Amino acid sequence: MCGIVGLLVRNPKLRDSIGELMMPMLIGMTERGPDSAGMAMFTAPVAADARKFSLFSGAPDFNWAKLGHHFETHLSIKATVESKANHAVLTTTLEPATVKAWVNEHYPQLHLLSVGQSMDIYKDIGTPQQVADRYDFKNFKGTHLVGHTRMATESAVTPAHAHPFTAGEDWCLVHNGSLSNAHSLRRKLEKEGINFETDNDTEAACRFLQWRMREGDDLKTALNHGFEELDGFYTLLMGTSTELALVRDPYGCKPAIIAEHDDYVAIASEFRSLAHLPDIKNAKVFEPSPKEMYVWKL
Amino acid sequence: METLKFDLDTKPLREVNQFLHGDAGSLNGKKVVIENPNGAHNVAVGLKADVDVTIKGHAGYYAAGMNQIAKVTIEGSAGSGVAENMMSGVVHVKGFASNAAGATANGGLLIIDGDAGLRCGIALKGADIVVGGSVGSFSAFMAQAGNFVILGDAGDGLGDSIYEAKLFVRGTVKSLGADCEEKTMNAEDKQILADLLKKSGHADVSPDSFKQYGSARTLYHFHVDNAGAY
Repeated sequence: MCGIVGLLVRNPKLRDSIGELMMPMLIGMTERGPDSAGMAMFTAPVAADARKFSLFSGAPDFNWAKLGHHFETHLSIKATVESKANHAVLTTTLEPATVKAWVNEHYPQLHLLSVGQSMDIYKDIGTPQQVADRYDFKNFKGTHLVGHTRMATESAVTPAHAHPFTAGEDWCLVHNGSLSNAHSLRRKLEKEGINFETDNDTEAACRFLQWRMREGDDLKTALNHGFEELDGFYTLLMGTSTELALVRDPYGCKPAIIAEHDDYVAIASEFRSLAHLPDIKNAKVFEPSPKEMYVWKL
Repeated sequence: METLKFDLDTKPLREVNQFLHGDAGSLNGKKVVIENPNGAHNVAVGLKADVDVTIKGHAGYYAAGMNQIAKVTIEGSAGSGVAENMMSGVVHVKGFASNAAGATANGGLLIIDGDAGLRCGIALKGADIVVGGSVGSFSAFMAQAGNFVILGDAGDGLGDSIYEAKLFVRGTVKSLGADCEEKTMNAEDKQILADLLKKSGHADVSPDSFKQYGSARTLYHFHVDNAGAY
């Protein structure tokens, strides 16, 4: 079991309070996922030539300011580093491959959670409330988000095994369910040159979609290939810089419920995470059909 | 009739359910309103008194499960397993119902005004179900007894491995499951259908607009020629 939440704020006036709106949604999914939580937060994009890098340190007392200074002096380039506890977002115009290589070489203990122009990723172990407090989720401002609460059933409870997973820039995925052919998918994808960071089944689904899109599929075509190749149960919620997308497996084994309102679109595993949204009484609440792709654009 | 109100924003669900599990004599004829269900699981499960319960909003999983005698009305939608294993009484969902609505229900009447999810009426054992909208795939799987009325459409595999339950569908059936076939509706079946339409608020709908489905009875006993169908 796991919990999924997604929120896309249509009314620009509410975007500064997206974190506050989301908090009861995430907390509502605590029973479905008490061991880890994560959040992909989408904001207006940074300058066209810049990228944001979400970095995670296993140790709580990492000196982020020092890393920023080191980065700027060593590479002779401007960078900003905004940190919250053992997480930081580094923003720079240096190309991603160089940044990744530099972080790997100088700070191998750090984990690169995401790269993009509008997406930051936070994920860690602990109850949803603990993780939300650690990274101050309630004060997030932005346009849309993808969140997850995890109850691990098939791989270890570590920050790296928590969701969301990412592939490429400004793309993330969370999953409720389990895949029985994750290992064979992984062997297949590794032959295609796709690298894995964990043994988590969701990562296999994420890398599978990454591979399909690399081969030229759009998301819909990639998901249609997914229906054929992913063996198991899943509700998948995905985020890009401009949209949220949702699918359920053909057997509808894992739940999802949607509330569409003039001010927002909210998605969760269960209604109890939607119950406290403003004016929910006037939202159109419905259950998505299995094997159908739902997309909401900003 | 005396009406009692409980607000789940302030009253723990367990206390409300314990109240509803009290002495049947003192509950009989009472009206109970449950406010702010907000998707809570197990609301009004295991009732066994002649009590009328209204849930003012969306219910979570297993609402009104194992119901006996009581009448439970859910004014919003219901999560998975609403009225599962109901024995008697009436459960009425005014919105839509998620998966496995009325699973294994032995008796009573389940009315769903909206759509029902997958596996509605799975292993039905004698209850009646009326769905105002459509039902998802694998509904009435291994349904043994009871009557199942669908005013909308049915998904894939309707009535797979069905026993003696009777299925009435007004819309289209995407596909029938193994050993489920269309039947000719006789006068007795038409009366059952007409009565259920009346009881569920669809008296204006003609029984003649339905097709009936049931078991071809070829899978009752193992036969090696049928091995591929299992």
